[in-house]
Amino acid sequence: MADFITQFGIWGGLGMAVLQILGFTIVLLIALAFLLLMDRKVWAAVQMRKGPNVVGAFGLLQSFADFFKFVFKEIVIPAGVDRPLYILAPLLTLVLAFATWAVVPVAPGWVISDLNVGLLYLFAMSSLGVYGIIIGGWASNSKFPFLAALRSAAQMVSYEVSIGFVIVTVLLFAGSMNLTVIVEAQSGGFWNWNVLAGRALFEDGWPMFLVMIPMTVIFFISALAETNRPPFDLAEAESELVAGYQTEYSSTPYLLFMIGEYLNIVLMCAMTTILFFGGWNSPIELDTTAWPYLASHLWYFFWFAIKVVFFFFMFAMVKALVPRYRYDQLMRLGWKIFLPTSLAAVALVGAYIVFGAQG
Amino acid sequence: MGRIEQTIRGALLMDFWSAFGLGMKYFFAKKATLNYPFEKGPLSPRFRGQHALRRYANGEERCIACKLCEAICPAQAITIEAEPREDGSRRTTRYDIDMTKCIYCGYCQEACPVDAIVEGPNFEFAVETREELYYDKAKLLANGDRWEREIAKNLELDAPYR
Repeated sequence: MADFITQFGIWGGLGMAVLQILGFTIVLLIALAFLLLMDRKVWAAVQMRKGPNVVGAFGLLQSFADFFKFVFKEIVIPAGVDRPLYILAPLLTLVLAFATWAVVPVAPGWVISDLNVGLLYLFAMSSLGVYGIIIGGWASNSKFPFLAALRSAAQMVSYEVSIGFVIVTVLLFAGSMNLTVIVEAQSGGFWNWNVLAGRALFEDGWPMFLVMIPMTVIFFISALAETNRPPFDLAEAESELVAGYQTEYSSTPYLLFMIGEYLNIVLMCAMTTILFFGGWNSPIELDTTAWPYLASHLWYFFWFAIKVVFFFFMFAMVKALVPRYRYDQLMRLGWKIFLPTSLAAVALVGAYIVFGAQG
Repeated sequence: MGRIEQTIRGALLMDFWSAFGLGMKYFFAKKATLNYPFEKGPLSPRFRGQHALRRYANGEERCIACKLCEAICPAQAITIEAEPREDGSRRTTRYDIDMTKCIYCGYCQEACPVDAIVEGPNFEFAVETREELYYDKAKLLANGDRWEREIAKNLELDAPYR
């Protein structure tokens, strides 16, 4: 934004920034509509169903139909709820989910805010996401939402610890919290992506992929838990808690919850892409310096989008395949397996940085 | 040994990958879904759907008002009144079926000596009011005219087994 202000003056700069944010948000929401459809199509395919295929060609407009259905329904506010908090919770979920996207670089230079502490900001914002659920569960003044809120608070806090340590390993490799720098540090081909850590192997002879591949898996599984996705959807376990913290919500507030939730899921896919799979870098590096601006940027954006969609597909497959974890199994996995493993990984990566890395 | 093996399997996500393979197999398998209003499943010739009163080829109604269907109906859904017509033949003046009572057992068509009352292949006769489900003679004869081809075909297909 500072660039815009020096370029266009204060009002012009603000206007440009607003336009940029608006454009990003709209593209993100439209992409989300189709990702939602893809989600449903993937589950349907695994269960030998066809999935939604009536609204538009192949059901492509299904998400928009659902959107209008939710918006036109009556907002039911049950008696006995804490009204301000009850309304606040879905708004909070949605706003936080959108705000987190501000630091995600989708192509070289294509990022709303190139923060130096981008990773920290991302981590902080996704941690705040738990408030939407807790407030929603509490304000509903009902048994099931309250139980769900308690569960999800414990769950999200537990898995944030291991996510934090996994992020530290990536951070040590790149030596920066700036997401753009992290992505640029992984350029040069798919073997340089953090998941394979090729530089450590080829330049220093340290087989760090033995550490980073498990870290990628741990990050992915923790991301599932962090977004309350199956098999960790204890916060909205429909066989136990009706619909969890969303039980008392209807119409637009429910829609806001759902959009926020899916934005977080796509964000976690983007995080996996950026931290471990080279962000916008193509698997085989091409020299794009001579390409026109738009062509080269769309080329990089294409690779970013492909990777995000792939991880979203994996999210959907996990939901289709894996049965729900019991609460104690969830806690055991988080505290007794992921936490020690990621802690050991931080020590190993630290050892590599201190003793192995050249320069 | 079992525990170590279990740990290694868990660490390598073996269970997930085998499930993933199975999932991908069905991902590309032929789908079981029927696009219902456009595609329909197969029906047996013996399918017992909506009732119909049939006519002979010359347009004369088959029913002779013997009231066997009314007698056998376990749900007592059928009401019949009869008196002789001008030409002296015995005909129904009233033939009502309460479709809200009917249990689609098919005893009426079994009892009928002249194949007049039959249960046709139509199962898509949902309506919006209860009154519309009280079928009278005109409605049943109209059903018979509408579904005669399908009903005749089904009776012919089923005949060898009777």
